Amino acid sequence: MKILVPLKRTADPDNANKIKIAPGGAKVVTDGLEPKPNPFDEYAVEAALRLTENGTNPKARLAGDSVVVATFGPKEASQTLRQALAMGADSGLLFESTDDNLDGDLVARALAKVVEKEKPDLVVMGKQAVDGDSNQVGQILAERLGWPSATFAMSIELSQDKKSVIVGREVDGGVIKLKLTLPAVITVDLRIVSPKSITNHVTPATHNYQEGARYAPLPMIMAAKKKPLAEAPFASLGADGLKTSYVKFEAPPARKAGIKVKDVPELVQRLRAEAKVL
Amino acid sequence: MAKILVVAELGSGALKKTTHSAITFARTAAQGTGGSFDILAIGRGAEVAASVLGTFGAGSVLIAEDPYVADYVGERYSPTVASVAKSGGYDVVVITASAFGKDLGPRVAARLEAGVASDIARVETDGGKLSYKRPMYAGNATATMTVNTSIQVVTVRQAEFEAAAPSGGSSAQSKVGVERQPSGDKVEFVAFEESVKSARPELTEASTVVSGGRALKSADGFKTVLEPLVDAFGAAMGASRAACDAGYVPNDLQVGQTGKVVAPKLYVAVGISGAIQHLAGMKNSKVIVAINKDPEAPIFQAADYGLVADLFKAVPEFADAVKKAKAEG
Repeated sequence: MKILVPLKRTADPDNANKIKIAPGGAKVVTDGLEPKPNPFDEYAVEAALRLTENGTNPKARLAGDSVVVATFGPKEASQTLRQALAMGADSGLLFESTDDNLDGDLVARALAKVVEKEKPDLVVMGKQAVDGDSNQVGQILAERLGWPSATFAMSIELSQDKKSVIVGREVDGGVIKLKLTLPAVITVDLRIVSPKSITNHVTPATHNYQEGARYAPLPMIMAAKKKPLAEAPFASLGADGLKTSYVKFEAPPARKAGIKVKDVPELVQRLRAEAKVL
Repeated sequence: MAKILVVAELGSGALKKTTHSAITFARTAAQGTGGSFDILAIGRGAEVAASVLGTFGAGSVLIAEDPYVADYVGERYSPTVASVAKSGGYDVVVITASAFGKDLGPRVAARLEAGVASDIARVETDGGKLSYKRPMYAGNATATMTVNTSIQVVTVRQAEFEAAAPSGGSSAQSKVGVERQPSGDKVEFVAFEESVKSARPELTEASTVVSGGRALKSADGFKTVLEPLVDAFGAAMGASRAACDAGYVPNDLQVGQTGKVVAPKLYVAVGISGAIQHLAGMKNSKVIVAINKDPEAPIFQAADYGLVADLFKAVPEFADAVKKAKAEG
């Protein structure tokens, strides 16, 4: 089984409050923020690895299985691919472009071209990027490919014959279980990296994965430098044109400074008399 | 003169209140452009929902009820929604950005070659042209955007579009046929495993939300310390991502950038440090109270009222005081 994982690099999401708005609101400036893989995409890499390995010996990819990671971005984005290769992915594809020339629709159309070339059995990707927060690429990609799909996955069960998956979708008020016939698109949510979220035909049912996306140990980081990473211009994919325009960016209105209260009685008194919410 | 199609959300055969936010969007956009709106009800219970949906001032209510679309499967809903949007000559398709809308909106857009404005907080109609404001970077920037295609797909934040109230009357009803696509047969709806139902209000609809963080230390901490405060307020219970990840409470209680976005009249954050992704989900609340042991916790920068205290002492006292205050009226 071949899995394609699209990746996006984002400005350090834990410091998103340090972004600046360019004068006139022309764009968001993320200078000084360390580029990091979109957290949901890291979870997607983890999910893809779990699907294609025996969890008791994660160093060995199952015979015939592979995980390919791809990204659209400037040359430096190859670093994000190397990080995924160090986690265990097998090869990387960088399609060079500038970030501000893309929207969700264009990314999905370009990914559809990558899928045509790479012919994966499964696309596993983050449910959203934490910078744009648009949450649309996986859905658009699935419709364009005409593939079945499941968004917001918190569990994936691969069937014995590797021809279908049962995906648990985390939705309001519960979990929807869908059975998809491969090839398919899956977008993952936070819970996909819990210890028993993913089962395949090889990993023993008793196996518990460590919570979260795996860290790359030093030997893997070294080995990743030798893994194949192909580069091509984004234009080579033959997808262009934007369906949305960003006109202006603003800083959100600042909240007026609050006060510290000394104890519970003062808090209750202020909630009653001042805020009038009690 | 925007002609708008609202897609109603049904769940377990009943109309969901999320729909009312999309209706508010439709009223605003129709009014601002001299246009009109219709509502499409699709899924099990669409016919029953149609009579309620007919009281919101829509031109007409369209009904698609068929075993093929009984339960929500994106691949089975998108062809019908797209076909109705196209044949009806609509300019805008709007759905509330719940799990349903977030999944369906972009699919419909793909079928219509339409651009999507996701998870918007405001619509503007200057000069009869629609533009949208949406938060990005975990709410640290607000973007104004437009959609360049002739049909636009919009998903709206429930917390930012107040639920529409019925305006009376009854809209004309008509039935529409169900469209199919091949991928619809490659997805099988297996089950809906509903979370344990709570008697408390829905997180996204409550006027007060009390949320707990990892400092509550355990599922038991939520139960014995936080829940009495939640119930003293008659509030909905929320949680930080850290608390959900630790398994103290189910993930559908998560408030934040990647969970639910809420904007209640009162938000009480207990033992929550205030990570950026949590603030993104609650900072538009009218009044914010934070209780935390660490005086340097970032949550205090967002709070109107901060109490530096051990939550295991302060919260039971707070719960008693709230109960007393409510009893006094």
